[in-house]
Amino acid sequence: MHGRPRKAPKPEDEAASSAKAQKLRAVQTQFFSFHHNKIYTKEAVELSAKLLEINPESYTAWNYRKLAVEHYLNLPDCNPDSIKSVLDDELRVVENALRQNFKSYGAWHHRKWVLSKGHSSIDNELRLLDKFQKADSRNFHAWNYRRYVAESMKRSEQDELKYTEDMIYTNFSNYSAWHNRSILLSALFEKKAGGFLLKEKVLPEEYEFIHQAIFTDPDDQSGWFYHLWLLDQTVTTDSPLLASSWPGHGSDVLLVGDRCYNGSAFSPFSALHSDSGSFPIVLYFNQPVGGVNSSTVTVECGFNKNEDLFWKPLSASNSQTARVWVAHLKVPSSDLHSTVEVSVGHSKGIISTRGFVYSHPSMFSFKVHVQPMERDSSQVSVAENISLREENFKVYGTQSEESIIDSFDQLIIKNGHETTASNWRFEALAKEIECFRELLSLVDCKIGKLTLARLLKAYDAMSYPFANKLVHSEEVLELYSDLMKLDPTHYQFYKDEHSIVLLQKVTSSKESLLQHCFQYKDSASSAICDPICLRLNNLSLSRMGAFEKLLWVQMLDLSHNELQSIEGLEAMQLLSCLSLRNNKLRSLTALEPLRKLKSLRILDISYNQIGNQSIDTTRYVCSSPLSHSVGSELNRDETVTSDVALINNWEAFFIFKDFNLNQLDIVGNTIADEKFKSVLVKIMPKLKQLDGKLLD
Amino acid sequence: MDDIPPYPPIDPTTFDLIVIGTGLPESIIAAAASTASKSVLHLDPNPFYGSHFSSLPLADLPSFLSSHSTSPSPPRSPSSDDPNEFSLLEFATRPLYSFIDISTFSPNLLDQHSRKFNLDVAGPRVLFCADKSIELLLRTGTNQYMEFKSVDATFVGDNKGNLWSVPDSRAAIFKDKSLGLVEKNKLMRFFKLVHGHLAGEQDVKISEEDLQSPFVDFLNKMGLPPKIKSFILYAIAMADYDQEDTGVCRDLLKTKDGIDQLALYNASIGRFQNASGAFLYPIYGQGELSQAFCRRAAVKGCLYVLRMPVTALLVDKDTGCYKGVRLASGQDIFSQKLILDPTFKVTLPLGSSPPLPLKEKLPFFSLKDDKGKIARGICITKTSLKPDISNFLVVYPPRSLFPEQVTSIRLLQIASNLAVCLPGMFVLYISALCNDDDQGKKLIHAVMNTLLTVPLDSESNAAVQSETAEIGSAVQDETSESSSGGPSDSGEEKPTLLWSALYSQELTLGQVDFICSTPMPDGKLNYNDLIDTTFKIFQEIYPEEEFFPETSLENPEVDGDASPET
Repeated sequence: MHGRPRKAPKPEDEAASSAKAQKLRAVQTQFFSFHHNKIYTKEAVELSAKLLEINPESYTAWNYRKLAVEHYLNLPDCNPDSIKSVLDDELRVVENALRQNFKSYGAWHHRKWVLSKGHSSIDNELRLLDKFQKADSRNFHAWNYRRYVAESMKRSEQDELKYTEDMIYTNFSNYSAWHNRSILLSALFEKKAGGFLLKEKVLPEEYEFIHQAIFTDPDDQSGWFYHLWLLDQTVTTDSPLLASSWPGHGSDVLLVGDRCYNGSAFSPFSALHSDSGSFPIVLYFNQPVGGVNSSTVTVECGFNKNEDLFWKPLSASNSQTARVWVAHLKVPSSDLHSTVEVSVGHSKGIISTRGFVYSHPSMFSFKVHVQPMERDSSQVSVAENISLREENFKVYGTQSEESIIDSFDQLIIKNGHETTASNWRFEALAKEIECFRELLSLVDCKIGKLTLARLLKAYDAMSYPFANKLVHSEEVLELYSDLMKLDPTHYQFYKDEHSIVLLQKVTSSKESLLQHCFQYKDSASSAICDPICLRLNNLSLSRMGAFEKLLWVQMLDLSHNELQSIEGLEAMQLLSCLSLRNNKLRSLTALEPLRKLKSLRILDISYNQIGNQSIDTTRYVCSSPLSHSVGSELNRDETVTSDVALINNWEAFFIFKDFNLNQLDIVGNTIADEKFKSVLVKIMPKLKQLDGKLLD
Repeated sequence: MDDIPPYPPIDPTTFDLIVIGTGLPESIIAAAASTASKSVLHLDPNPFYGSHFSSLPLADLPSFLSSHSTSPSPPRSPSSDDPNEFSLLEFATRPLYSFIDISTFSPNLLDQHSRKFNLDVAGPRVLFCADKSIELLLRTGTNQYMEFKSVDATFVGDNKGNLWSVPDSRAAIFKDKSLGLVEKNKLMRFFKLVHGHLAGEQDVKISEEDLQSPFVDFLNKMGLPPKIKSFILYAIAMADYDQEDTGVCRDLLKTKDGIDQLALYNASIGRFQNASGAFLYPIYGQGELSQAFCRRAAVKGCLYVLRMPVTALLVDKDTGCYKGVRLASGQDIFSQKLILDPTFKVTLPLGSSPPLPLKEKLPFFSLKDDKGKIARGICITKTSLKPDISNFLVVYPPRSLFPEQVTSIRLLQIASNLAVCLPGMFVLYISALCNDDDQGKKLIHAVMNTLLTVPLDSESNAAVQSETAEIGSAVQDETSESSSGGPSDSGEEKPTLLWSALYSQELTLGQVDFICSTPMPDGKLNYNDLIDTTFKIFQEIYPEEEFFPETSLENPEVDGDASPET
């Protein structure tokens, strides 16, 4: 069934198939006339059976038979015997069709439909399935149907689990069998939901089982998928957790009306310029969740009503689930020193995409100090001219290290209640790591390296809240570097993983993070206190990550990397100044995450590859083109009333229309010709500076 | 043999070839010669087919063995010259079995049903699904006279009574519970290497130097742990002697031969859809094989006369050349060629040498029976050695039962579904190569003591018991203390012995000398070597004839029939 090379048809084959087509055409014409005239005589129904025997893929014929069955079942003289004979006929026709092509979607579907009529002994179906699965043990149609039958006859998951085990013992190169196993186990886990004990017992046994396959034949991929599923089951806690927030617990936030502020008691890490009269509260969960709203999250403060808060998911798609949720608190215009308390999940309602309820209520509080505007805002804006050039940075001094320690630690939310429950996870991971080190000592295999890297990364992530360091990051980085050389076909994937691990390493400790923090000091600026810029430039990053540690960042330098995507950057709600200079961004749609950054004022996307390709491939990379939001809020009136040039540049229009930029650098991209620049100016009337030139 | 009816005269009296004995090699030669349009007379003094390859009823086995254990009736008057132009050379029989020891623990049950048993004289023996015997059966269409079933598994035994399944395939390695992960990986990689080598993949070629080196050295070089080495050497490549003790090893395997053995084993697994293991066993016993080739010969015109002893060889008075044989009926039958089964030897008159012309005509072809002996044992039990599985092979590698064990011991359990015994019973065939009877007996007893309970209430068995106790004592001690470990049937009773037959068999090889003799059953598990020898004998006597030419295939569609019945 598998691994048979495709052969060019011989002339006699072609002759045979055209003869078949001839025959088929004749039958089909006749069939359609019966169908259109709603003729359900014995002769007509038999003709459809004949047609399906020749061509089991004829959906119309299957539908016709469904109508015919309904017709017979609604006859006045219908009795149990006649029903039985009608449905038995259907089962026979399906069986014949499947004999012709056991991968016929229509035939399998029709069988399900017949079964749903409450007929056929299910044992009989299982017998039939055994035959099909013996002929081709990997036929996923048969496996799908098996799940349907097992469910309708209420066969226990344990029995089916035993069946997959037998199939796997016969030949473990069987994706379908392993897949079915993961489905059955998931169902079992769910039935005992809340019982960690079951997973704790089952997963180590399953690891043991899959090891037999992996060690016996490390080149066989079917086992690897199952291992990946097990790893996911081990690592992911059922119940979602709050990973970090901004502002952090116990922090002091200073809100100022303009970019200059007084009072050195405040760390530049927690001082925030706000010209929109509000500031965000960001919740970062460890997995996508839904149901975050003013009833599941309560914010107690003196200047806002909890009910007025609107929590918004931040994700690339328009779905109502996301890892990151944001709400904006309105800032009163008067002087204020107030404490804000945020309680998450004290009333149920936050649910992960897998259906698990957020069950670890947590609370954090911070102080807000408001410094009202001292100067005319328009005046400030004109003077503003941020240029992220080397000479404008100086290493962030140690003078206020204390404050950064605080703010750094405040970012992490410790979930102490998870520790006891997670012991088996640690043990399982430690055992897997040992196991894969052993495998790699025997054979040098790519998938072994990749799995070890994943395991070490997961182990680090799990132990991080307690150890506060990533002990294996060097090793993981080395593994990914190896893989890039060993397996150039998947270079980009390894590169992305490498980037994320590197970012996690950089953000894992205060010391390493400080090495990337610089004070921005513009010689022209008259500011008293200089803002902090996180510089992650020249790290050859191809992806961004570690956002949960970077929620505080207002100024980010990602220049001179290899970024093709900035997915996830929408989490950095405080970002006001971003440099993506000299990267590999290929399209305007790649900038999509920036649309959600309401405080972004200064953006440098110069010297990328935007416009190099006429076809925007990011559209195909997105999880589903249908869920992609660009253009989905298309407002016809708006488009129609706009300039003709905008219609030709609708992509630019939808990306940039929501931007609040003061300053944009786009030079060095194929797309950025003068015409395009003039369009940009039209889209963003607030833009003050384009490619270093002041606009009128 | 008193009730033998009067011998009918045989007509015609002249043949191209006379074959005496219906063992497998003789039967194949008779079939091959008949296929080559020779006129063949096939005689057997026994009332059944198969001679030393036969499967016999329980009661007949002891008498057959003992009839070949001592030189019977002294030859009548030595080479009394007939009044005609021939001189007579009397046949003498060679003692082929010794140390025959039959023990019955359940006399009533077994005696009543003696005919329900088909016990192989030359057991344990199986056919590998891809070996020469299967090829021969298919090529000649002989498979249409037989049915087979699968021998489902191979185990390696230890002195504690455990039976470890042999991971002989990818699926078996995956499923195996006794191998560690590293061992699984190493074993599978070794199999892949062999597979790649055999498939001619350039990057996995095994070097010529390695191919010529001892297989055991190559396995060491591959870093295979002792347990796996033992599996490969003795349970897959089926080596007879301790490969790691060059002092005692008489069959040191070269890598090349080892790989060929693995290839045979590998090709055997899954060759036939309903054979789950690598081996087949014929329904009604191994004796069916000889009989099937006799039927094949008969179809091609071979004339069969059973119960017909032959008394003397007729030799030309002047030239000393072979002319024919004198039957027990007194009739003289003449032929160009003669094939004898190994029972017979010709006593030359004292002082006379074999007739020179013949000696020159036929080059000397190895016959030396100094290859030692083979000890065989047949046991009947009422329970399987392993629950849930009835037909399987067990190998005890050298030194696995006691330190002085230098040869592998093989055991084959066959159940009643192969029509070899009463329903619900099991026949165990055990064999081991040995230098002498005592050593052989010790080997067979060691296995019996490890696996079986021997009842003490039999008087006839007293002698066996004392010896058994002595040999088995060391083994027994260990068994008792480790009964809880391993996948053995811990807690379960060992099967009780109902009946046993132990005997030693001479290992005579085929001979093409003054007369042509076929070989005795060898110490191997399958018939490959015997078929090779048979082919050589055929070539010696008919160098111009093809051994079953391809065209002889009568029905090209019978191929699938070799597969065992569902």
